[in-house]
Amino acid sequence: MNTRVAPSVVDRKPKEGIAWRTLLGRYGTLIALAVLLLVNILITPNFLQWQTLFVNISQVATIAIVAVGMTLVIATGGIDLSVGAVMALAGALAPLIFGSAFGMANPVLGLVLAIALPLLAAMACGLFNGLMISVMRVQPIIATLILFISGRGIAQVLTNGNLQTFSHPAFSYIGTGRVLGLPFQGWLAVAIAALVFWLVTRTIHGRHLLAVGGNERAAELSGVPVRRVKIGVYIICAFLSGIAGLVVVAINSASDAARNGNLMELDAIAAAVVGGALLQGGRAPVFGALLGAVIIQLVKYTLLANGIEDEVALIAKAGIIVAAVALQQGRRE
Amino acid sequence: MNSSTENLFDLRPLLRGSGQTVGVFLALICLIIFGLMRYENFGGAYNIASFLNYNAMFILISIGMCLVIITGGIDLSVGSVAAFSSVCAAYLSPYGLQVALPAGILAGLAFGALNAFIILALRVPPFIATLATLLGAKGGSLVLSGAETIAVDWGSNFTRLGMEKAFNIVPWSILIVLLVAIVAWVVLERSSLGRTLLAVGGGEEASSLMGLEVGRAKAFAYLFSGACAGLAGVFLASGFGAGQPLEGVGWELSAIASVVVGGTLLTGGLGSITATVIGALLLGLVFNILNFENGRGTISLSAYWQQVIRGAFLFLVILLQMRVAKQRSVTGATLENAG
Repeated sequence: MNTRVAPSVVDRKPKEGIAWRTLLGRYGTLIALAVLLLVNILITPNFLQWQTLFVNISQVATIAIVAVGMTLVIATGGIDLSVGAVMALAGALAPLIFGSAFGMANPVLGLVLAIALPLLAAMACGLFNGLMISVMRVQPIIATLILFISGRGIAQVLTNGNLQTFSHPAFSYIGTGRVLGLPFQGWLAVAIAALVFWLVTRTIHGRHLLAVGGNERAAELSGVPVRRVKIGVYIICAFLSGIAGLVVVAINSASDAARNGNLMELDAIAAAVVGGALLQGGRAPVFGALLGAVIIQLVKYTLLANGIEDEVALIAKAGIIVAAVALQQGRRE
Repeated sequence: MNSSTENLFDLRPLLRGSGQTVGVFLALICLIIFGLMRYENFGGAYNIASFLNYNAMFILISIGMCLVIITGGIDLSVGSVAAFSSVCAAYLSPYGLQVALPAGILAGLAFGALNAFIILALRVPPFIATLATLLGAKGGSLVLSGAETIAVDWGSNFTRLGMEKAFNIVPWSILIVLLVAIVAWVVLERSSLGRTLLAVGGGEEASSLMGLEVGRAKAFAYLFSGACAGLAGVFLASGFGAGQPLEGVGWELSAIASVVVGGTLLTGGLGSITATVIGALLLGLVFNILNFENGRGTISLSAYWQQVIRGAFLFLVILLQMRVAKQRSVTGATLENAG
């Protein structure tokens, strides 16, 4: 599938009206955030309270963590549909491990393994995606479709489709703990974003990443290890999805393979795109993804807090995605 | 560009798509023989009718998906559009089939038009655009139905479409699917629009420079896919007696898998309706046989395994297609320009 819109010579539009589109494209994210905050302050009851902040931070963190990974994947011109399934898989594994006989007998080792093994499994998923895409040259959307379909199935087979509830304060800390009064996973998301930002802007790997997304052929010819870069970003994206899956399970003190990470690929893609990632690749606005995630979460919260049905929120999300991408296309002309 | 297009009775285009079509067809025959020999009820009228009736919906959306994929696009919205249309049709079922059927198709067409608008006018990549309409249609059907299944009116003639047989022989749904398949085949193989569709998938910019109506061809593909999904929704409501807003999850994947199994390249520019229909039947048959095995107690697979198997199947097909594509690029790409 050719996702690239061919800039045809014939139908180039006149330059009028470009100015405001550029403006909206460049500062659109910030403007949207400001408008959302303003609207909420005006209409949402009890918006300016600490409780609202806590709720939103604890919910936005998972979107933000996955969106950062998705941003890297999109920067190479790819896409990862399997993030939600990987979340479900990692989330299903953790309680199985610390709840097993071995995990009960060795609580500390059990906890370490319950975090490490699911993340390893997630990275294995990423490796599979990366190999399919870079070595077998399958289009990213199709390659990641395989795990999108079967990954959640595997998680459900592992748990027999049961809801696994547990009480494990140490594990639940990653979803319910507070650091300096704010939810732990919020700090985690910011730390991850900072680390990835450093990776992208300050290391050779970041340069390789953007080169691959900008022009793969040129990158390859100039000696960039294209395959390794691509495999790497899918592994990172899956790893971050795994972390998000663990956080969701920790928040709920329960793992539900059917619902963990459901539709997360949409939220993550939306957040990345709203944050300024170009679907054609070549840009990796990591903090933009963070901002995008906040906007997606705020839209959800606004609708929910004002008693608007969940279903309408779906339509709103669809509108945001289309608007963001359409604005991008306008900016490229 | 061969001269066979002149001859209406030449059956070679039916099997175009090279070795893979023949292979898929042989696999289908083998599976049928295997099923007939292993299970006594496999060839029974009940199994055949229910198998075809159930898969009619998937064949429909696969045909629409095939045209879209040929242009190099993708339509992820088919499942939730079908669900939306099933809700619409169920609401209108008291007025009879003559109202509910066109309304369901119209609902599908509307989403097809929306897809075409977002992709062509707003220049959003097809995959993102149809992902958004997937959400929109899902939200729409949930709002419309209040997230509950809508029972159809059993008093009207609405359920005849999905539950009765034409002339007491073939289920109506199968007859209609056959008709749609023939229309799609004629469009693709015998019309200039079909050639444009293939050309657009082969190279959009080149087609546009050649003066082909790229936009119109693409719009047609999405409208056709939307209409197919709408019709599938009407079948869903009529055959199962209810409009189902929660149905349709993962249908797009089944459709994509059928198209790929049928040998259509996901990069566009090559594809066959016949092979897609065979692909859809093959995919349905795999699950039919798994059900029989479950029934015999040889294996005991929970419903969750279905997803795993579906994914593994897609993986297998992609592996096969990679090999085919590789061979093709070695032996020269003559086949790919046959349309």
